Amino acid sequence: MSSDELIWRIAGGSGDGIDSTSQNFAKALMRSGLDVFTHRHYPSRIRGGHTYVEIRAADREVQSRGDGYNFLLALGDSFARNPQEEAYYGNEEIKPLSENLDDLREGGIIVYDEGLVSEEDVEAINLEERAEANDWHVFPMDLRSLARDHGREVMRNTAGVGVTAALLEMDLEHIEDLMSDAMGGDILESNLEILHEAYDIVTEEYDFEHDLRVPEGSHETEQALLSGSNAIAYGAIDAGCRFIAGYPMTPWTDVFTILSQNFPDMGGVSEQVEDEIAAAALAVGASHAGVKAMSGSSGGGFALMSEPLGLAEMTETPLVLIEAMRAGPSTGMPTKPEQADLEHVLYTSQGDSQRVVFAPGNIEEAYEQTRLAFEIAWDYQIPAIIIYDQKLSGENTNVDVEFFDREPKPDLGSTLTEDELREAAHDNSGKFKRFNHEDAENGVSPRSLPGQKGGRYLATGNEHSPVGHISEDPDNRVAQMDRRLDKLESIRRELDEERESTQTYFGDETAEYGIITWGSSQGAVEEAIERLNENGHSVKGLSVSDMMPFPEQEVTEFLESVDEAMVVEMNATAQFRGLLQKELGRFGEKLTSLLKYNGNPFEPAEIVEGYEVNLADEDREPTAQVRIEPAAGD
Amino acid sequence: MSAFNAIGEEREIDRDEFTPGVEPQPTWCPGCGDFGVLKSLKQALPEIGKTPEEVLTVTGIGCSGKLNSYLDTYGFHTIHGRSLPVARAAKLANTDLEVIAAGGDGDGYGIGGNHFIHSARENHDMTYIVFNNEIFGLTKGQTSPTSPKGHKSKTQPSGSAKTPIRPLSQSLTAGASYIARTAAVNPNQAKEIIKEAIEHDGFAHIDFLTQCPTWNKDARQYVPYVDVQESDDYDFDVTNREEAAEMMRETEDVLNEGTVLTGRYYVDEDRPSYQAEKQAVGEMPDQPLAERYFDDDVEWERSYDLLERHT
Repeated sequence: MSSDELIWRIAGGSGDGIDSTSQNFAKALMRSGLDVFTHRHYPSRIRGGHTYVEIRAADREVQSRGDGYNFLLALGDSFARNPQEEAYYGNEEIKPLSENLDDLREGGIIVYDEGLVSEEDVEAINLEERAEANDWHVFPMDLRSLARDHGREVMRNTAGVGVTAALLEMDLEHIEDLMSDAMGGDILESNLEILHEAYDIVTEEYDFEHDLRVPEGSHETEQALLSGSNAIAYGAIDAGCRFIAGYPMTPWTDVFTILSQNFPDMGGVSEQVEDEIAAAALAVGASHAGVKAMSGSSGGGFALMSEPLGLAEMTETPLVLIEAMRAGPSTGMPTKPEQADLEHVLYTSQGDSQRVVFAPGNIEEAYEQTRLAFEIAWDYQIPAIIIYDQKLSGENTNVDVEFFDREPKPDLGSTLTEDELREAAHDNSGKFKRFNHEDAENGVSPRSLPGQKGGRYLATGNEHSPVGHISEDPDNRVAQMDRRLDKLESIRRELDEERESTQTYFGDETAEYGIITWGSSQGAVEEAIERLNENGHSVKGLSVSDMMPFPEQEVTEFLESVDEAMVVEMNATAQFRGLLQKELGRFGEKLTSLLKYNGNPFEPAEIVEGYEVNLADEDREPTAQVRIEPAAGD
Repeated sequence: MSAFNAIGEEREIDRDEFTPGVEPQPTWCPGCGDFGVLKSLKQALPEIGKTPEEVLTVTGIGCSGKLNSYLDTYGFHTIHGRSLPVARAAKLANTDLEVIAAGGDGDGYGIGGNHFIHSARENHDMTYIVFNNEIFGLTKGQTSPTSPKGHKSKTQPSGSAKTPIRPLSQSLTAGASYIARTAAVNPNQAKEIIKEAIEHDGFAHIDFLTQCPTWNKDARQYVPYVDVQESDDYDFDVTNREEAAEMMRETEDVLNEGTVLTGRYYVDEDRPSYQAEKQAVGEMPDQPLAERYFDDDVEWERSYDLLERHT
């Protein structure tokens, strides 16, 4: 067991306060000087059902949930099992103990709630035997009664935190502070009592011999604990976005609600509307009228946005759309991550349609690339899409507070002022040549806004002349198409030449084996590569975030520099590998895929195993729930 | 200083300002009712003192969708059924704009039906003109949501089994605060109704009867017309919901049987517009949002200032 890190799993039923408890505990660990990474597993229901949150904490950067975990706090599920209230939700039995044991590492700690986990249940899973075999340290505690005696039964999560802190010899100071911030009055008092009572029971009455402790660490700068959804919302705020329209759908809802809650204080407008077609169309309308606007959804809702997306492309209305992937097809698995909407996002909408697509790989990139998406969208008058998934949406990691200390950038890009409009080209009737292709630079023809003097034009989703009249003139068609197509090439040029690469590299530059990935699988790949290299292999990695326009040059250089490469992504049809081969037109024999699509994100060990299986050149399958898709010709 | 100088500009508006130069000429068929809407709008707009640049017309797809190609304002020709969400967002983004949305009966009551209900429900401050010719014109004569039951077309060759939609009643139920019906062959009434609708502070819905001489020759909606406000036979209070509903029922029952009633059906001056409601609850700034981007004095809020809750 690696003792340099704590991976604490709190398990129970949805609605048991697992989320809020873990959020506070993660923050307490961060405040004690550790880096943290949280992973949330929950079913698509409001109350009951098996749910857990994992918090990984170490005195070094943590990029993934890690492999397995070493501390289980099994709370039980009062909503499913509380006979007193005759409340029974759903028909499955919740087994916070048995369902979670498979991934518990050797030497790990188990605390379970005697009040809610019956003796029969414990016997049924041969806990004693398994504990002995795995050197687990088991602590049955009646957390439910403890909570009931000092407050309310639901506060047993606080009791669980008290027990955890005592077993790990952790100071209660940060936990107390956070509780005081979050609540007050009698509730706070009861919770503090429960916390201390639980802590004291363990320290005074228990002897324990396990060596797992909270690692010691310190941060040089102040840290903030954020999710990918927070980062995307904050990137939008700093880019000057002040209009959002949406329809709730998991996991996109997080970004939508964060902005809806903040916009009133910032003079912004948020609209929850009748459907996703309307949502994206509203963003188009607001942007057309001169506001930096966005919309977004998850797979099924994004499908409805295909139409307004195309309208934005044809009318050259700048716009940012967010696509938070979850497992599909159709409504799929609403609360489970997958990276399977890539092709959907790249190619949806009719005609030779084009957009910018970024896929951030972690919290910082989510912020950075959202800002970038707004800048590019308004400079080039093209829709930009941020594609991420349920994993990045919900996982929390600590980031330097200073990272966010930036100037906002609210400018409207290639939008003219009235003074500039006076100098601009007009036709004989006085209409502004808004879609002028004669002097266009990088495919961009500057735009005017309704209400501006001298800027009248028609924006239409039909092919149109420079002033916007519907036109089927062949020469005009070719000129307009070519100008619009020029945008993506120009954007690629700008990204390559004038901006820092948004691709992420890791490992030893001279390595001959490459692992290539995209989006939220980045962290697990990075960790797997570190581990492989520590074990004497020579591997390097590339995580690509520009999906469109594709960073052809960078990826080519990477693939040319290795003998073989494994493409890691969370889907069953190797969509990103398909994109690589489509964009680069070669490397078919060099690329193998490691695919996972069971609803859970990659753990680093699975990538390590995938590498070993692939390199060993043996006819064996990986043991985990992943699949190898061989190279062309293999 | 405003970044939108054309808005609120006070000057004499020339009647021809809303007509573009020689190009483009309307592609509507000779005798099409859409000419009537265009003409009424061109007459109404100068009379209410709007400059072409402070008006944004947003249209859907179909013959009606081409309205703003032939009307010289700022224009946005969108996609089938989506004029309303685009239009209402433009108004939310810049409340100083005069926003007029237009589309056909297929566009507005069919594919865009959901948006129609919700835009009326929310009472957005805008005007919505539906060109109602009871047929799909540009796609060459299919049955539309307002086509009478039994209407034969290439897609319903045995005659439509569907009862037509009741746009006025539906609009009232959904929550529109100004509802009128007029007709292309009634230009004077149409102009007055358009003026009222634009000046109305809330969602103003005009069901505009437009004849389709090419695809819907059999429609009997055009004669005779009776103006419900002018006739002594129809005495009712337009501000009374129940009486308005009763009148709508009557005209929607007989629309295809000879007598067509036009005029104002419902006017609610007391209901605040959505913008006003949203401002009242603090979800929308008092100044036009779009202005903010041109105001050097605005201090843009930063996410950095939100981080306290994350530390």
